[in-house]
Amino acid sequence: MNIFLILSCLNSLRQLQCSVPKATMFFHISAGIFMTGGMCAPVIPLSLAKNTRGLRSQLKDSVPVTGMGPQVGAYGVQDTLRSGFSSVKNELLPSHALELSEKNFQLNQDKMNFSNLRNIQGLHAPLKLQMEYRAARQIQRLPFLQSSHLALDTLKGNDESISFEDILNDPAQSEMMGEPHIMVEYKLGMM
Amino acid sequence: RKMATLSVCQPQLGGFSFENCKRNAVLEAEVTKLGCNVPSARKTGTTICGVVFKDGIVLGADTRATEGMIVADKNCSKIHYISPNIYCCGAGTAADTEMTTQIISSNLELHSLSTSRLPRVATANRMLKQMLFRYQGHIGAALVLGGVDCNGPHLYSIYPHGSTDKLPYVTMGSGSLAAMAVFEDRYKQDMEEEDAKRLVRDAIAAGIFNDLGSGSNIDLCVITKGRVDYLRPHDMANKKGVRTGNYKYKQGTTGVLTKSVIKLDLEVVEETVQTMDTS
Repeated sequence: MNIFLILSCLNSLRQLQCSVPKATMFFHISAGIFMTGGMCAPVIPLSLAKNTRGLRSQLKDSVPVTGMGPQVGAYGVQDTLRSGFSSVKNELLPSHALELSEKNFQLNQDKMNFSNLRNIQGLHAPLKLQMEYRAARQIQRLPFLQSSHLALDTLKGNDESISFEDILNDPAQSEMMGEPHIMVEYKLGMM
Repeated sequence: RKMATLSVCQPQLGGFSFENCKRNAVLEAEVTKLGCNVPSARKTGTTICGVVFKDGIVLGADTRATEGMIVADKNCSKIHYISPNIYCCGAGTAADTEMTTQIISSNLELHSLSTSRLPRVATANRMLKQMLFRYQGHIGAALVLGGVDCNGPHLYSIYPHGSTDKLPYVTMGSGSLAAMAVFEDRYKQDMEEEDAKRLVRDAIAAGIFNDLGSGSNIDLCVITKGRVDYLRPHDMANKKGVRTGNYKYKQGTTGVLTKSVIKLDLEVVEETVQTMDTS
């Protein structure tokens, strides 16, 4: 795969007829590609690839939409204690056209941004950012209390924008509180 | 019980909650079976329009808000503030246009504080179209966005599904065809301010008098570099009439034949005093 990329680079360079000596250009480009394309999934700079559709199945950036299927807990069965009784009718179709897309909106945006960043700057950029996000996400109170997520918000840029998440259904004002014991047990069990 | 167990698995998020959608669908089916109507959202059956003239933008709107076939508000304000140099007219569901413009105005203010520059119309346009596309047209807000920034005057029309057009003159709403007819006939490039105001006033008047969903007064907003004139109302095209006759009869018009007075005796049964709790 990498050899193919290098050859296609040289071809396009020849067409562009750049004045920089070809040998140095070769080393620059090959170094760049080895950095970005070090994984089994080839990351092809979009400017060079003529047809990205054929390789889409190999790109690991496509996002499967999660959410409507039966929630399986341990032992592969419906976890009745945690998610209540199940009903096929409720899980067959989403109740609103936007329900699934809104549930996964932040997730999908992040994946899209990270894959763009990876294509532009290389693998190191999303890796570093995700490491910082993971560190900031750990700064929070116990699960049943409201934490401000200030560090995470600042990193994501949410401190400079207002959307419906801040106005409607503010979790700090909700009338129901989660069961403290169950929530802490769940969180520790996950970890 | 179900709420408590639900919140164990996922952290509670803000934003839209779709819990009641299934219940609403069932309720609506039941109610239509009985023959009644579900209450509908208040729309602004509207005429809004905007035009670019030599030094800036003129935005115009009527002032009627309808709820089905009834006029809900005879004098509502459809030209919303976005930033000191950008204003936005809204057609469609009244609550959607109101909230959308307020959110975008807040975001634009934060953005301009962060960049320490006057906000640009293209920024507001981009923010609006990204939000409306995210909600796939379920937010029924059709907007005419206009303003003057460092690159000159700009006018955009934004549709509920998220598509936008950048044009020298735009109309939206149920009266848009009537207003567009006036624009197509008399628009010229680089008009003077008075001509532009007259043109917009005539376009909105065409919408008001030829469309049932638009009515009442005409509001104008003239935006130029460094100056905004918010003329509300610019023209009261539909003033309520004054009654010309007086149908009250003078005292003594009817002659009195006999008069008898019967006193009604009321006796006090019980008297209680309740002190106010002023602690």
